[in-house]
Amino acid sequence: MSPASPAATTPAPAPARRRPVVAIVLFALLALLPVAVSLGLPAHWLTLVTRAMIFAIAALSLDLILGVGGLVSFGHAAFVGIGAYATGIMITEGRSEALLILPVVLVMCALFGAVTGAVSLRTRGVTFIMITLAFGQMVYFLAQALSAYGGDDGLTLYEHSTILGFDPFKNRIGFFYVVLGVLLACYALIGIIVASRFGRVLRAARENATRVAVTGFQVGRIRLVAYVISGMIAGLSGFLLANHTEFVSPAYMSWPRSGELIFMVVLGGVGSLHGAIIGALAFLFAEDVLSGWTEHWKVIFGPMIVLFVLFTRGGLVGLMRKLGAGRHD
Amino acid sequence: MTTGLLIVQILNGLQLGILLFLVAAGLTLVFGVMDFINLAHGVQYMLGAYLAVTFVTLTGSFVLGLVLALAAALVIGLALEFLVFRHLYERDHLDQVLATFGLILLLNQGVKMVWGAAPLSVPVPAFLAGNVALLDGILYPTYRFALIGAGLAVGALLWFVVEKTRTGMLLRAGASNAPMVSALGVDINKLFMVVFAFGTMLAAFAGAMAAPILSVEPGMGDNILILAFVVIVVGGIGSIRGAFVGALIVGLVDTLGRSFMNDLLRLFMSAPSARAAGAALSSMLIYLVMAIVLFVRPEGLLPAKGRA
Repeated sequence: MSPASPAATTPAPAPARRRPVVAIVLFALLALLPVAVSLGLPAHWLTLVTRAMIFAIAALSLDLILGVGGLVSFGHAAFVGIGAYATGIMITEGRSEALLILPVVLVMCALFGAVTGAVSLRTRGVTFIMITLAFGQMVYFLAQALSAYGGDDGLTLYEHSTILGFDPFKNRIGFFYVVLGVLLACYALIGIIVASRFGRVLRAARENATRVAVTGFQVGRIRLVAYVISGMIAGLSGFLLANHTEFVSPAYMSWPRSGELIFMVVLGGVGSLHGAIIGALAFLFAEDVLSGWTEHWKVIFGPMIVLFVLFTRGGLVGLMRKLGAGRHD
Repeated sequence: MTTGLLIVQILNGLQLGILLFLVAAGLTLVFGVMDFINLAHGVQYMLGAYLAVTFVTLTGSFVLGLVLALAAALVIGLALEFLVFRHLYERDHLDQVLATFGLILLLNQGVKMVWGAAPLSVPVPAFLAGNVALLDGILYPTYRFALIGAGLAVGALLWFVVEKTRTGMLLRAGASNAPMVSALGVDINKLFMVVFAFGTMLAAFAGAMAAPILSVEPGMGDNILILAFVVIVVGGIGSIRGAFVGALIVGLVDTLGRSFMNDLLRLFMSAPSARAAGAALSSMLIYLVMAIVLFVRPEGLLPAKGRA
């Protein structure tokens, strides 16, 4: 609980020259997936990976505050839900133009992030976890109470969002590349933020907030800005999610969803941006495979999470790095 | 809004508060003493309720069923401590959150496999089945009074153990400074196990007592876990007194908000919009209370001494 407690699980940052290689391979593989599907890979993969990339955007945004900032936000699904609901409600009201929806999504997420961030960032450690959790629940219950927009049952969307009147979400390959493009843009943006002076201060504050504050930086303000940016990017993934599933529901922001996002980040490797993407992909693949076996897949998945936490450190990226290091020795 | 209805709702609020206290007390003790964040505490409440269903049906006696349910919940709790939790004490909060999150997935689904997804119920025990007349014409179920009474009794017992016994002294000392207690030669692992077992029992007791008045279903622990978090945060982490005060505040605010928010809003707006806004506002009310409390006192209302 001491304010300066560092995030012990955080692995050392990847050597700078290795990082682009993994990311380039990752994005190249993703970009080639539609080709592979046309060559005979099950078509189901296209939908699955599209969905996984949408969650990867949310996981990336969470990694900015969790991995880089060292703040375990347990209410991140709220931002995804706000993005999805803003999109769903506007489409239902006949305003399906993305150039109209996106500003609304971003502003709402920024406002929610600013208000809840201002309260929760006054606290540290476990209180921060609990407060973000509670704020997430607040939005969840708000969505349940929106009886005009489906309430508990959720809201079915009968059309997609359009961009300047054109529907890029109409066919699945078009949708895939839109999501891939957004994912790449978010990856680049967060990468730039992390590498900037702002990002370095954020990271330094994770290690020792007092020392950073003494150096003259306003740690609280920097964390709040990171929190708001992170929320806005998560809202973007909510926009894509609503278009992808053609449905929004309070379940999008229930707290287990926030837990899943955290697990995606940890699974990939906390603080590693391509790790967040790999974590999201791995999570959704595991979910897909296990739920294909049995409807009780969580009975298998739950213990897998426990074992993963108990026996691995540094996530999949850390594992890859260890294997890589083993080869070089 | 009649006086009678108000009294009934205040009693309902108290009763929710008592349940929350039983769950939050264990959670805050485990956190205060071990610095351990246990998301699986809610499923222990759920297990208490399911075990009560099973044993009450099996034995035909509520009291016997309750005792057996508590014993079984204790065994399960200790097994989890042995298999999972004790490996996490030294880890950071993120690992604890994740691993216990994994346990929630497992146990919620496991309960569904064993008992089915449909809600179950336990009959109210015959000797507590009636009603008590409060004012003329206003009845309140005896069982709910018994629940409030039992909760208060357990609360008093807890207070006695924590404030007046040697174990309680170690608990309080551990909550303030665990390394120091350990350095003074106390077997901290044994202390952790006692605290943990104690917390599990309290949660299971709350679940078992709630079983006759709530529907027993998978996931029932998740909501109460979040409420218990709000209670702890409002009351001050690690503090039993804080948990008690926080639980009563949350229980009363939530219950009274749900029953009277509509009427209150109707003073300002039309009936349909009052209904819509009331539903949204009343379910968010406790989170607003929490945000306000934290804004004024980030460490909670009655933080444990030596932490803050």
